[in-house]
Amino acid sequence: MKTMLAIISNALCRMTGRNAGAQTVSEGARVVVSRSFADFTPQATFDIKKCDLHRLEEGPPLKAELTRDQGLQYYRTMQTVRRMELKADQLYKQKIIRGFCHLYDGQEACAAGIEASINPTDHLITAYRAHGYTYTRGVSIKEILAELTGRKGGVAKGKGGSMHMYAPHFYGGNGIVGAQVPLGAGIALACQYQGNDQLCVTLYGDGAANQGQLFESFNMAALWKLPCIFICENNKYGMGTSVERASASTDYYKRGDFIPGIRVDGMDVLCVREATKFAADHCRSGKGPIIMELQTYRYHGHSMSDPGVSYRTREEIQEVRTKSDPISMLKERMLSNNMASVEEFKEIDVDIRKQVEEAAQFATSDPEPPLEDLCNHIFCNNPPLEVRGTNPWSKLKSVSKT
Amino acid sequence: MAASLRCFLRSGKKAVSALGQREFHKSAPVAAQVTVRDALNQAMDEELERDERVFLMGEEVAQYDGAYKVSRGLWKKYGDKRIIDTPISEMGFAGIAVGAAMAGLRPICEFMTFNFSMQAIDQVINSAAKTCYMSAGLQAVPIVFRGPNGASAGVAAQHSQCFAAWYAHCPGLKVVSPWNSEDAKGLLKSAIRDDNPVVFLENELLYGVPFEMSEEAQSKDFTIPIGKAKVERAGTHVTLVSHSRYVGYCLDAAAVLTKEGIECEVINLRTIRPMDVESIEASLMKTNHLVTVEGGWPQFGVGAEICARIMEGPAFNYLDSPVTRVTGVDIPMPYAKILEDHSLPQIKDIIFSVKKTLNV
Repeated sequence: MKTMLAIISNALCRMTGRNAGAQTVSEGARVVVSRSFADFTPQATFDIKKCDLHRLEEGPPLKAELTRDQGLQYYRTMQTVRRMELKADQLYKQKIIRGFCHLYDGQEACAAGIEASINPTDHLITAYRAHGYTYTRGVSIKEILAELTGRKGGVAKGKGGSMHMYAPHFYGGNGIVGAQVPLGAGIALACQYQGNDQLCVTLYGDGAANQGQLFESFNMAALWKLPCIFICENNKYGMGTSVERASASTDYYKRGDFIPGIRVDGMDVLCVREATKFAADHCRSGKGPIIMELQTYRYHGHSMSDPGVSYRTREEIQEVRTKSDPISMLKERMLSNNMASVEEFKEIDVDIRKQVEEAAQFATSDPEPPLEDLCNHIFCNNPPLEVRGTNPWSKLKSVSKT
Repeated sequence: MAASLRCFLRSGKKAVSALGQREFHKSAPVAAQVTVRDALNQAMDEELERDERVFLMGEEVAQYDGAYKVSRGLWKKYGDKRIIDTPISEMGFAGIAVGAAMAGLRPICEFMTFNFSMQAIDQVINSAAKTCYMSAGLQAVPIVFRGPNGASAGVAAQHSQCFAAWYAHCPGLKVVSPWNSEDAKGLLKSAIRDDNPVVFLENELLYGVPFEMSEEAQSKDFTIPIGKAKVERAGTHVTLVSHSRYVGYCLDAAAVLTKEGIECEVINLRTIRPMDVESIEASLMKTNHLVTVEGGWPQFGVGAEICARIMEGPAFNYLDSPVTRVTGVDIPMPYAKILEDHSLPQIKDIIFSVKKTLNV
């Protein structure tokens, strides 16, 4: 029976062009004996979708190598972001998170793929759908959820909320659509100025792609050859407006005109990784900025107040979930190439669930910031100052610790 | 013989040295007449030299030597890396400057006039001013936005607005408005050294005006603290509070009034936000009368804020009459000279207001 399955699997492998050399185990077959690590394929090469190119002779490679360790790491990253966002959804519905909450589930491959190809010393800035990047840039789940619940243990001590989380070399989290793009170009200017071989990844959405300040940024970035990777996360809808209704040209990778561009399958973490590596090399070699359009999808509505089904069909959402989910795709690839076992993935899932649960526990039990904190940090490195309260007798104090 | 020798000696140290010993010609550190333009130029030059993270960007700041020649000579000295000509993209380059500040540099972002800053105001307020607070101190934005503010001469409605009240409304910003050369130099140096966003409001009509700068003010480490007003003239009967160009007008009005026996105390705010209300209160408690003078529009303006603050503080009880505001006329700036002249406070308006306040 097993041999038959193996033969069929191998045949299928050959047909789909997968690595035929790998041992395969059909996902349907139950593995009775636990496998040792020596049984797993340490590395495999996968075909990835060809990127559409704009003003480029060559693009990212058509194959991506993936080691077992990398695969498990990408899986863990994406699954963590997924579960964290779903937890945020839950907390929001319980009214423990309030205000704006823009969730990233569905788009995990973008954050994971980008982080896999840049250095921690590189810089990254994005808009308000920022929880995934906040995590990949190094902030703990605990500090993210506690910021969403507005507690003092949050990464911004509860002062910022969903859209204003920061970390070294991560500049948020920006609420004004498009404003982060000139900021990102400025960070790239600083990299160039300081001659440190670092670059800045500047993200924006299909909605922001029509902002004038983007084109001002493109012009200056190209003029001065700033080491900036502009990335449009095209999830097909700017709030409730589909790309066709918002943009005269939906070829966002071409919108930089004189700036070279690539259009990338944003649901495939390997595709994103290879494209970002290509883009990073382009920037670091002094060629100036480059644009990437990541074609991706968000399962949730624009924000928690948007059910997300008035401007798109449930069928569409379901189709993406079944056919293009980034986490499932990676898992499927690894399993069918015998790079990991179902149990291993299950263990990772259980561990992540536990971590997210603990973080949520913290986020719901940690106290809110003390009232003394109200006026602090108006300025950085500043002597204490007095701040007027709501009435003339209310004289509050503002300190700024470095 | 003695007289001519004395003459010789009076003509300065140089002359004596020439007589006595042979030594290299040194210019003596004495007070000098320096225009506001040159004072600003010196401030930037010194700070560019002192800290390599400081750089200047804006339209025409480099090869044109500055639209108003404030940055004359800096590009020649420091080159393309430190003095950057930008395209006409205020929102874009203001955002770029803020991003650069977030990533460790110390930009000076010039707006050709503050009227154009309106196109970039989102970057000034939402990206610069609020960030330290939103990040609970994790992310500093050490940036200076500078340029001419307020009315010029004959530039009409779209180029004559005063933004002091607009920017001073917002927490997270410091707003500075120098009057003379010492103010300009000392405050700009402080602004550049400050780790927070500073809006530095210059005045185009003052650029070419020479003021005396003391020895101390000419030194490379001369700074004036942000947030402290200066009493330019002591007086007993009325306090005049002003900023920028109108400080000069107040002093002129005081010179006229003194002949009539009215002694005005003139306060130069220097900083709009944080405002040094204590200095105003201290003066008011002495004179019992207060007149504010500004070029901006009256509604929700600097004078309006001073009135409110005085009412809320200890000095209110010392007022012998309500505070008077002298402001620009509440209209967009007209072009014809006669109309423009009557759109802004004149010295006679200040004199009239003082007398009304004193009921004389």
